[in-house]
Amino acid sequence: MPEARTSGRPSSRPLSPHLQIYRWPITMGTSILHRITGVGLASGTLLLAWWLVAASMGPEAYADFESVAFGWFGRLVLFGFTLALVFHAFNGVRHLFWDAGYGFKTASANMSGLAVFALTLVATIVIWVMAYQSMGTWQ
Amino acid sequence: MSARSPLGKVKGLGSARSGTHHFWQQRLTAVALLPLTLWFVWCVVRYTGAPHSEVIAFLSDPVSAVAILLFIVAGVYHMALGLHVVIEDYIQRESTKIGLFMLTNFAAFAVAAVCVFAVLKIAI
Repeated sequence: MPEARTSGRPSSRPLSPHLQIYRWPITMGTSILHRITGVGLASGTLLLAWWLVAASMGPEAYADFESVAFGWFGRLVLFGFTLALVFHAFNGVRHLFWDAGYGFKTASANMSGLAVFALTLVATIVIWVMAYQSMGTWQ
Repeated sequence: MSARSPLGKVKGLGSARSGTHHFWQQRLTAVALLPLTLWFVWCVVRYTGAPHSEVIAFLSDPVSAVAILLFIVAGVYHMALGLHVVIEDYIQRESTKIGLFMLTNFAAFAVAAVCVFAVLKIAI
């Protein structure tokens, strides 16, 4: 017999595991990261606005923008922005495949999740290496 | 057997009374953003550290100006739709929810207007 609820004491039966106890499946991680990166990219549109406004205002304003963007903090923010953009794009493709009805099996959803993580890391590094090379050519 | 009325089935709008419009717009902009983002990332890589005059010359080109305008519009629309869903999911109080819908939409339009103005100022 289960313990009576009317005793006023909490039941000693086990509760279903919640977020803190649950071992996160890959799909859970990619899902919440998609949302977090999406919100992050929304605030990142301010960087795009700043870049375009600085360019439109002339060489001095553009130099100010560059000095902040190329500082260590600016680079950190831009690196995070790149990671978020690349992840959201790759995982977005995954979502589009799901919308079309493909890749729903647990094994394939896990595989595509891992692929998104790997592709994000590789693509972000490639983008940054290319950006540094490009920077060198302008000097 | 479905409990829905024949009229409800025909209109197909569901409990949100907007059907799949939001969902479809989100996907439409997502697909548009794939090539646009690829192009945008390429531009940023190409013009990292470029002198101001080169950046202006690039943005003055009609093709790049139109492409970046498309990127801004599709991106900001996609952003507004996405933030709308996030707010719907996490905010329970109706007044807070509506206030945040207004705030995010105003912010989206403001960012888009600023970006578009800057591009047009350079390009025209």
